[in-house]
Amino acid sequence: MATVIMPKMGDAMEEGTLLKWLKSVGEEVSEGDALAEIETDKVTLELEAQESGFLTNTLVEEGAVVPIGAPVATIGAEDEVGKGGETAAPAEEAPAPAAEEPQAATEPAPAAAAPEAAPAAPSAAPVPQVANRAPGERLRASPLVKRLAEEHGIDLSQVPGTGPGGRIIKNDLNPFLTGARPAPKAASTPAAANGAVAPAAPAGPAATASGPAPKGTKIDLARIRRTTGKRMAESKASIPHYYVTINVDMTDALAFRKQINEAIGEAGPRVSVNDLIVRAAALALREHPNVNTSFVDGELYQQDSIDINIAISLDGGLIAPFVPAADQKSLGTIARMTKDLGARARNGGLTPEEYQGGTFTISNLGMFDVDEFIAVINPPQAAILAVGSVQQVPVVRDGEIAVGSVMKLTLSADHRALDGAEVAQFLGTVKKYLQNPVLLSVA
Amino acid sequence: MPVKTYRDALRAAMAEEMERDERVVLLGEDIGLYGGTHLVTNGLIDQFGPRRVLDTPIAENGFTGAAIGMAMAGLRPIVEMMTWNFSFQAADQIIQNAAKLRYFSGGQVHVPLVIRGPNGGGVQLSAQHTHSLEGFYGHFPGLKVVSPVTPEDVKGMMLAAIRDPDPVIFLEAGALYGTKGEVPDGDYVVEFGKARIAREGTDITLIAYGRQVNMLLRVADTLSQENISAEVIDLRTIRPFDSETIIESVKKTHRAVVVQEQWRWFSVGSEVCAIIQERAFDELDAPVERVSGAEVPAPYARNLEVAAFPSEQLIVDAAKRALYV
Repeated sequence: MATVIMPKMGDAMEEGTLLKWLKSVGEEVSEGDALAEIETDKVTLELEAQESGFLTNTLVEEGAVVPIGAPVATIGAEDEVGKGGETAAPAEEAPAPAAEEPQAATEPAPAAAAPEAAPAAPSAAPVPQVANRAPGERLRASPLVKRLAEEHGIDLSQVPGTGPGGRIIKNDLNPFLTGARPAPKAASTPAAANGAVAPAAPAGPAATASGPAPKGTKIDLARIRRTTGKRMAESKASIPHYYVTINVDMTDALAFRKQINEAIGEAGPRVSVNDLIVRAAALALREHPNVNTSFVDGELYQQDSIDINIAISLDGGLIAPFVPAADQKSLGTIARMTKDLGARARNGGLTPEEYQGGTFTISNLGMFDVDEFIAVINPPQAAILAVGSVQQVPVVRDGEIAVGSVMKLTLSADHRALDGAEVAQFLGTVKKYLQNPVLLSVA
Repeated sequence: MPVKTYRDALRAAMAEEMERDERVVLLGEDIGLYGGTHLVTNGLIDQFGPRRVLDTPIAENGFTGAAIGMAMAGLRPIVEMMTWNFSFQAADQIIQNAAKLRYFSGGQVHVPLVIRGPNGGGVQLSAQHTHSLEGFYGHFPGLKVVSPVTPEDVKGMMLAAIRDPDPVIFLEAGALYGTKGEVPDGDYVVEFGKARIAREGTDITLIAYGRQVNMLLRVADTLSQENISAEVIDLRTIRPFDSETIIESVKKTHRAVVVQEQWRWFSVGSEVCAIIQERAFDELDAPVERVSGAEVPAPYARNLEVAAFPSEQLIVDAAKRALYV
């Protein structure tokens, strides 16, 4: 009988919620069949069978939070149906022997199935090649290593351990500390492991960290909400934010967009105001690479591509998938990609690769009729652009008062990476593109 | 600087202080006319006379009790235990009286007593005559416990011990009485509670006291041939204990080996490990290694005795485990 385990579906994943069983006990399953829906901290994915046979037992209830590597079901012969539960019942403990004694993997105990079941990760989210641990195996690291990893923002799941039992020791960390490795690309730092951003400071009473016991009814937070909250709290606590706001006259940009969309008609996805801003920001980042940086562990890193995250609000929290190399994509391509990412974000269909990473984030509350707002930086990025609504306001043109379409852009910047003058120049360039939108198609 | 043996440095400290301070008197078995079983007090009876160098009966409990009374009355007695193994006879006086009178009297009575003698084994004296008692005496609040290894420290720490207002358990490395080292002339003290960095290094911290410090220096030489830079710390005093020097070193090296001749359980090494994990947990790259005496009464047979005590090879192996090499 084979054990099906909770697979590791992303670097930051430590546990997953078994949302729903898609097969029932006794049902025949084929390799590749979806057995269950699993919710990670960011997305919902399907758990696929790695063997064919019969689902002999399910070991966790729907809604259970299961650590990675823990058994969730067994697959075996038809006459084994209902028998798997006994052997694999200690779901929490089963992976432990395998972790304590690597040789245990050769024994036919249920735990031994864990390494074999490793590739159980659904094809939608291939498991990144991590170190030398089987999925679900406890990560061992010396206290020194844990401290250094914390200080330097190193994701230990990426570090092979050479000490006893696979323990990560100081020596294993050296390549990550000395810079012998390529500069910590945003995507390789844990901070970037989740593309969550907070477009504003929607803390609310639930965010009270200490003090009197919270009042009210406790809301069961979705994992994504927890992740967002944790990362935003870390960002605000560790990054010296400052903010610069400008007005952009969007009259020409709106006309430009209207012209494009009329021309496209039914043929392709319509270009949104946000797509114009993504394109304008990408081109401005190309002219101001100093904004496309990361400040990590006392060092400033230049990002080598311009990957723009778009904050998307979901029922349970935020997610920010990114458009890679946005400066090299046409408005039409950007429009297609943002539409697709948005749709899949809302039905939980994003893969971790699509939201882990990015170099600059745009958070747009324009559709909610807000004047302006301040966003929290999505670490380790250096800046985030907060976009308000396009509003009809009186403007002065050629000495006359006229009706203008004005939008406020507020950039939150990491003062360790950028100074105010640099941000002002960057915003000036964004404004140049949006007020001369024809440049968006020629640059 | 003059070179002296461990034994001569001890005698010099006592003789110089007896010259300076007539309250200092010596008591012990065969320390006068015979010159001391280990010749530490040789000649002192000729210099200071039998009123200040007292040959006692073979009755440790009795003469230790007498010395405690002398100390309470204002003298500065130094008691020789022929070996520390015989102090079990006097343990009641040492633990129940010497260690507690200051506390019982609310600080009105001090016991400025030094009890000295050879500690440890390694010279085929078998189980009843082979004990390392630093952990045992270090256990009791009210006692100071010291264990010098260099002749220079022996003199400076003996002077500090005689002048200390409270009882000091002075554990000599009996196997080292004949070893030589530079010893300053004149008056100097080595303050209690200050460990000594016997050799600086960056990769691993080796910790010991007494005789094992010399072993660690040889181990450090061996390790240096493999480009491993070992720092050697001589604790010098067991109580008071210098945590700072250890912690600072471990912050630098991230690895430690503690070595002792005494048994592993409930020992100085156990305490060193505990202190490191309490105060430098996040600095550790490996578990702290311990090399200790085997958990048996000390064997008489030479081959077994050698096997029962820490060896350079065992320490090198432990260091390499901590270094993952």
